Amino acid sequence: MQEQIVQMHVNGKPVSGKVEARTHLGDFLRQAVGLTGTHLGCEHGVCGACTVIVDGDAVRSCLMLAVQADNCEVTTIEGIAEDNGSLHPLQEAFRNNHALQCGFCTAGMITSLYAFLSENPNRSDDEIREAISGNICRCTGYQGIVSAAKEAATKMAKVRN
Amino acid sequence: MGVRQIGARVHRVEDENLIRGEGKYLDDIQLPNMVYAAFLRSSMAHAKISITDIEAAQSLPGVKAVFTYDTLPSSLVSKTQLETYPAPIIKQSMLPDLLANDEVAHVGQAIAMVIASSRHIAEDACELIQVDYKALTPVVDVLEAAKPNSQLTHSSLKDNIAASIETKFGNVETAFAECEDSIELSFKQHRGGCHSMECRGVLGDWQQQLGELTLYSSTQCPYLVRRMVSRQMGCPESSIRVIAPDVGGGFGPKAGYYPEETLIAIASKELRQPVKWSEDRKEHFTSTNQQRDQFWNLKVGFKNNGEITAISGHVSHDSGAFLNYGLLLSATTLMPLPGPYKIKNVHVTLDAIYTNTVSTSPVRGAGRPNAAYAMDRVIDAVARHLGIDPAEMRQINLVKNEDFPYQPGSKHRNGSMMTYDSGDYTGMLAMVKEMADYDGFRQQQKEARANGKYLGIGLACFIEDTGMGPYEGVNVRIDVTGNVIASTGATSQGQGHATVISQVIAENLDIDISKIRVEAGDTGKFPHGIGAIGSRTGVNVGISANDAASQVKTKALKLASILLEKSEDELELSDGAVRVRSDSNQFITLADLALQLSPAVAGKLPKGFETAGLEAVSYQTTDYMPHSSGANIAKVEVDVVTGGIKILDYYVVHDCGRILNPMIVDGQIIGGVVHGIGNAMFEQMVYDEAGNPMTTNYGDYLLPLASEMPEIHVAHIETPSPANPMGLKGAGEGGTIPAIGAMINAIEDALTPFDAYVAQYPVTPEYILDLVDGKQVAAE
Amino acid sequence: MKASAFTYHKPNSLDEALGLLESEEEAKILAGGQSLMPMLNMRFVQPETIVDVNGLKELSTISFTDRVEVGSLVRQKTLATDRIIEQHLPVMREALKWVGHFQTQSRGTIGGSLCHLDPASELPMVALLYDAELQVASKSGERVIPIQEWGLAYMMPSIGPDELLTKIFIKPWEKPYGFGFQEFARRHGDFAIAAVGCLLKLKNGIITDIALSIGGVEDVPRRFIECEEELRGANYDIDEIKQRIITPLDKINYLDDSLVTGSYRHKLLKGLLVRAIEQAVTRANSV
Repeated sequence: MQEQIVQMHVNGKPVSGKVEARTHLGDFLRQAVGLTGTHLGCEHGVCGACTVIVDGDAVRSCLMLAVQADNCEVTTIEGIAEDNGSLHPLQEAFRNNHALQCGFCTAGMITSLYAFLSENPNRSDDEIREAISGNICRCTGYQGIVSAAKEAATKMAKVRN
Repeated sequence: MGVRQIGARVHRVEDENLIRGEGKYLDDIQLPNMVYAAFLRSSMAHAKISITDIEAAQSLPGVKAVFTYDTLPSSLVSKTQLETYPAPIIKQSMLPDLLANDEVAHVGQAIAMVIASSRHIAEDACELIQVDYKALTPVVDVLEAAKPNSQLTHSSLKDNIAASIETKFGNVETAFAECEDSIELSFKQHRGGCHSMECRGVLGDWQQQLGELTLYSSTQCPYLVRRMVSRQMGCPESSIRVIAPDVGGGFGPKAGYYPEETLIAIASKELRQPVKWSEDRKEHFTSTNQQRDQFWNLKVGFKNNGEITAISGHVSHDSGAFLNYGLLLSATTLMPLPGPYKIKNVHVTLDAIYTNTVSTSPVRGAGRPNAAYAMDRVIDAVARHLGIDPAEMRQINLVKNEDFPYQPGSKHRNGSMMTYDSGDYTGMLAMVKEMADYDGFRQQQKEARANGKYLGIGLACFIEDTGMGPYEGVNVRIDVTGNVIASTGATSQGQGHATVISQVIAENLDIDISKIRVEAGDTGKFPHGIGAIGSRTGVNVGISANDAASQVKTKALKLASILLEKSEDELELSDGAVRVRSDSNQFITLADLALQLSPAVAGKLPKGFETAGLEAVSYQTTDYMPHSSGANIAKVEVDVVTGGIKILDYYVVHDCGRILNPMIVDGQIIGGVVHGIGNAMFEQMVYDEAGNPMTTNYGDYLLPLASEMPEIHVAHIETPSPANPMGLKGAGEGGTIPAIGAMINAIEDALTPFDAYVAQYPVTPEYILDLVDGKQVAAE
Repeated sequence: MKASAFTYHKPNSLDEALGLLESEEEAKILAGGQSLMPMLNMRFVQPETIVDVNGLKELSTISFTDRVEVGSLVRQKTLATDRIIEQHLPVMREALKWVGHFQTQSRGTIGGSLCHLDPASELPMVALLYDAELQVASKSGERVIPIQEWGLAYMMPSIGPDELLTKIFIKPWEKPYGFGFQEFARRHGDFAIAAVGCLLKLKNGIITDIALSIGGVEDVPRRFIECEEELRGANYDIDEIKQRIITPLDKINYLDDSLVTGSYRHKLLKGLLVRAIEQAVTRANSV
């Protein structure tokens, strides 16, 4: 069994571990790093629950090998809150708008929207719906999530300006 | 303080952890020395099997054990799954062996279990197990299976009929003889699986020195799991603690008991180390119960003024390979007939039929969506036959306000007469029509058609029996810090139960919600529980929490009255203390009261208090079930070039009695509607003729996405239920139940110029184009 | 759903990559991974060796001289925002709206799309419209393959096990021309049930030149030459167009499977073809 050492920054902190090449990034983050906020919902790249941010891009962590993230900057749901621990506007907006029920898809929704709205917070409802169409939620019917995205986008736009 | 809690839009206490990624779901739990399970599952739908080699798997580095039927420990009471819901009416009860012995009956049935140091290695080892399959003819189609000369789905069956049941009241023969007109209609209903975003999972942790098992399961019913694992393993319930941690959605199929729960327990016991199995998505498609096919044939008798007088018919219901959830789904299919409509003569029979496909059990709504769909299709069919507007047709047939309490004549599955307790069905119909500008849309539709655009509007009205007993208990305890611990058997999969329980307690005790901790889903924390099914938790747990909290308040006031030497009338409970109304400086905190009731060594309980602790437990129950109800409207546009359907808008008027938390109720309704839209348009579990499932990934099995879902407009009326002291009715499934009917009625309405009849759902774009081309495609 | 074990190589240069492809038996090339990774996780493929080409920075650029040169490792996300693409290959940007989701576009590459060659894949359809040329390299040298010869059979491009797709050369059409891209999937981001790409030139109401590509309906996406021939030189009259496309549409051997029948794909393709032409004509008229 071939094992390799990988090193990366996760949520700003250096981590390293020994993994089999076949280990995908999601498993690495959950098992080796112990960050279980990233969830595996389908492991074939459709449900979006495992979305994390790698070097600024939202990616499916089940569709990337851990070894491919070597030397990358990875942000997971655990790294979304502000440095002082207070909630990010997206997290706050998720709570305010009942954008989660069981919470299993939430990490992927928030990381996807974080990447999407950070790039450009001025988005229409349709654009938001399209952006999260790569994330499946079985509980909410998406409406609360769209409302949350809009609420957070307003705040994120203010911060940007 | 004194802030209203019940009925307020209180943010959820559950959210803080979940939005930070700090929830704890089954697969997130890591125990020291833990190993991982994977299952080898049947690749054939029906075959005799023999396992010819497990040695290669056993000797793979990292593999701890390989279990097959033959190597399961003899200490088991039974190597076959025990009946969860036995019923005398079941003619032939087929249940799976925990691991298949010599015959498999569906693709995905577990044959062997491998335990290894990683899931990867466990899967590697599964590939090394050699199984010899001798193919038997599979029976995949439920109508085929129902035929008397059909091949058998299991070698031991006489025929494929598990049971035949019926709902019968009034006198249909006479009613048909006396009606002025009648029509017949047939349709197929297909519902997919639960597809909670978290799959199932089990973690067993056997502690040899204690002789105790802690079993974590991603379940809706930990107490049922405890009971079944205990019976299966032959160990007392007291030695098993089942914990449902954060559960990533349930939607029905997680309410059952599955062989894996016992198998993982056994593996942990045999290996003396924690064993975890996390179902992967591929397994979810072939081993978690689904709902799937029902074929309905109905005859409807009516008067020319639109009044429906009689319904008779038959339902062929696909049970899948095993009856591991008894007849609950079948029974719940017939029980709600004739829904909110006042039809006095009904006789519908149902056969539950085995096929060589994954077993079926309730999915959100549990048969109620099927019954509601049947009724709303009946209403539209008769309306069309008579040339009456579908809204008018509903107005004619709905139960009226003066009819409550209304007994349609049917019986609930608990044996009692169904009684619709309260509601305003016609009022909701009028309200939803106004919200959707029903009449205006009809005009818009006319104009659009002239421009080659096909708009449609569809209605659905429904009732839902909710709050089913026997109980969900709650214990409310104030500890010596003045904090409140509420423990309950009610288990949550995201519905926000902890929040509403906290609201009820907070209002009773006038205490801040942040001081309340809810413990649930853990058989070690609370002795009894039923489960989160059938829109029952809010009602059952709401009234129990209310009662327990009010008992605690009574106890607190009584004790304070002694200690403060004031009559109870002079006291009030507010902001964590019992206070003398006339003198705000005289008070005693709840913490101090709790301390009095939990004395130290050699202390004693105050006089008149026989039980320690500032606490009370309540198991409020009611056998008179509150009925939620609602009226929905869907608006669609059908593209007759592609067959695509755009949902323009969706409107809901819902009545779940007194609302505990409108934000949570709206979330349940909107999420439920989208589940129903998924059933109507997208979700389809396809099998080929050999019984191979063809849709086992999320590229082929289509769940509804944000991009296709409409804005869902929700309004409520509140007719308090007289069936319980708080006036509550359930809300968990009321979004889903009518949605399929509203959607299909809307699609059919859009295709009126093509004289189309939609005979099945989900409607694919292909099916739409067949209708546009004038092909009236029978349900297949 | 965990991948079976494999040996992993991450070459840092093209030469090293080609060396590995030559020496390793049963090697699979990992680029964006958005198709390969699900197949690995589901164990549909169990390669001995993975050669991860993501380190080959020389394959990640887009440039323009007299034609657009796209490195095979250029990500879909980059294509969707690149100025050269926007200016010279507007239909590519249009087509990318239908490709997966932004979270998959951030990894997925143009080379991966071309080599995976899903029947419904949009980027090969775009390459087909422009008669792109594909450069593949191996230890024994480079060769250029016209896109029309690329797709051999279902998900089987004309590339050897020791070869790596390195560059895609696309010569833009001379302006003015119109373009259209129409696709139907049941949900946003799903694989197309059918898709049509169209470039056309219109002069005095006559279609003077046209390129059509179709996807989702046959084993391999391809140019719809029979139909182009029917339409080149035709009067742009929608009823006439509808007549002219009947025979070419009838001749297609439509994919027919347990989820979608051939007869539906036929009807759908007809509708999309008309819409794509209409879209292209509108654009041709507006320039």
